[in-house]
Amino acid sequence: MHLSVSGVSKTFGHGPRAKLVLDDINLELDSGEFVALVGSSGSGKSTVMRLVAGLERSSTGSITVDGRPVRGPGSDRGMVFQKYSLYPWLSAAENVAFGMQLQGRPKREVNERTAYFLEVVGLSDAGRRLPRELSGGMQQRVAIARALAADPKVLLLDEPFGALDLQIRESMQEFLYQLWERTGLTALLITHDVEEALLLAQRVHIMAPRPGRIIRTVAAQLDRSNLAHLRVSRPFLELREELAGCLRSLDAGVPA
Amino acid sequence: MSSTSTTAGKARSANALDAAAWRRWLGHPWSLGLIGILAVLLVWQLIAGSGLVDKLFLPSPEAVWKAGSEQYARGILIKDLLASVGRVGAGFALSALVSLPIGIAMGCSRVICQLLEPLMGLIRYMPAPAFIPLLIIYFGLGEEPKILLIFIGTVFFNTLMIMDSVKFVPSELRETALTLGGHGFQIVTKVVAPFIAPQVIDAYRINMASAWNLVIVAELVAANEGLGKRISLAQRFLRTDEIFVGLIVIGLIGLAIDLGFRLLMRRACSWAN
Repeated sequence: MHLSVSGVSKTFGHGPRAKLVLDDINLELDSGEFVALVGSSGSGKSTVMRLVAGLERSSTGSITVDGRPVRGPGSDRGMVFQKYSLYPWLSAAENVAFGMQLQGRPKREVNERTAYFLEVVGLSDAGRRLPRELSGGMQQRVAIARALAADPKVLLLDEPFGALDLQIRESMQEFLYQLWERTGLTALLITHDVEEALLLAQRVHIMAPRPGRIIRTVAAQLDRSNLAHLRVSRPFLELREELAGCLRSLDAGVPA
Repeated sequence: MSSTSTTAGKARSANALDAAAWRRWLGHPWSLGLIGILAVLLVWQLIAGSGLVDKLFLPSPEAVWKAGSEQYARGILIKDLLASVGRVGAGFALSALVSLPIGIAMGCSRVICQLLEPLMGLIRYMPAPAFIPLLIIYFGLGEEPKILLIFIGTVFFNTLMIMDSVKFVPSELRETALTLGGHGFQIVTKVVAPFIAPQVIDAYRINMASAWNLVIVAELVAANEGLGKRISLAQRFLRTDEIFVGLIVIGLIGLAIDLGFRLLMRRACSWAN
């Protein structure tokens, strides 16, 4: 799998009221890679995600998956939203099965894969519960299981833990990292949290606002054998502080 | 000595039990409502019994009960009731069936919404009873004009309320289905329809009240049987007791239908409670 975003810009509105929200975005993603886009609000990072998902169309440039241009949403690009997007009338297991049913897979396969992916996210016992009976972290794990069960080539994560408490967010980050290690999934993560991006992604793109653009790309070659340890290690903290300072200066309006 | 204290203890615990039972009873959501209804009945009985008001204007509860039993014994009450319920059922079922797809289509498509909303907004403000003369000219005095009146009087409200509920479907829920490989019609049947189900049931429950108003109006104008017809006949013979019977029966059926919809909601959409 190869995802390519090249020369993409996005303008909202027409004529004199047109507003450029993304300017010349370029990024690449290969099978098994975990890439993050970091930016403050207004940097257009979510718009990049929506363009890749095919929920919106770019004004210029091209987005391709394995050489084929993206023309709309499809199950090859699974998405996990920030706000809990579980179907409230379906149980956790039915939510996981939902995408596979839309695709018209055989019932037996749906049941087997549902059980498998519930186990992968550690929620085998919660399959029959309704979303409102699950904690925020559990809901997001179901959402991830649902996206994975539909067998996407790339997983798009739009601030997946942004609505969670700090404690739960940290454990979810570890969960996601282990999931990536275990299943070899390919992921594009959107976040405003530098720490989260550095912890999970091998490549981090920093975005600046007005118009949204990538101003810096960092290869984060870190030892991830112990994330709790990594969080407080010197090289990690230095890199985190440097990138966080870069984002702060952008927010303050100082040209980078 | 010890035996008396046990008895006293028992009595006290029995009192405590009584108090707890009373509190539980009063805490039931229907208790206060029942007390309200009983209070009105009591005041009615007191006024009627005092002889301050002419019996012709205010029959006693007893007289109304007698008139009701008599109508029931003669088979009129059930016949009227079935006639009115049948009309409401037919007219409202038609309205529900037509408004559901149109409301969903208007909620999902901006083109359809912009095409139909002004038209519906206009017709909605025409009082449905004002259509009665026209309906009688078109369809005569049979069942069709009554059923159609209920249809006209409820279909626009049903449609607009369903359209509104569709607009509140969170975009994440639609977009998730799209990124899972879902297509247009699947979004409607698998995402929009289940999401709006509680609001649709509620819209039907609310607009059912208009259907009952309209059937009575239609029967007052022209009908051979029905609860509204019975009331207008009773007026001709100054039978206020029979008018009261009609009003109370209409109220009770309305209440029963309302409770039925609430029960349906609780059963079918337990996730939304």
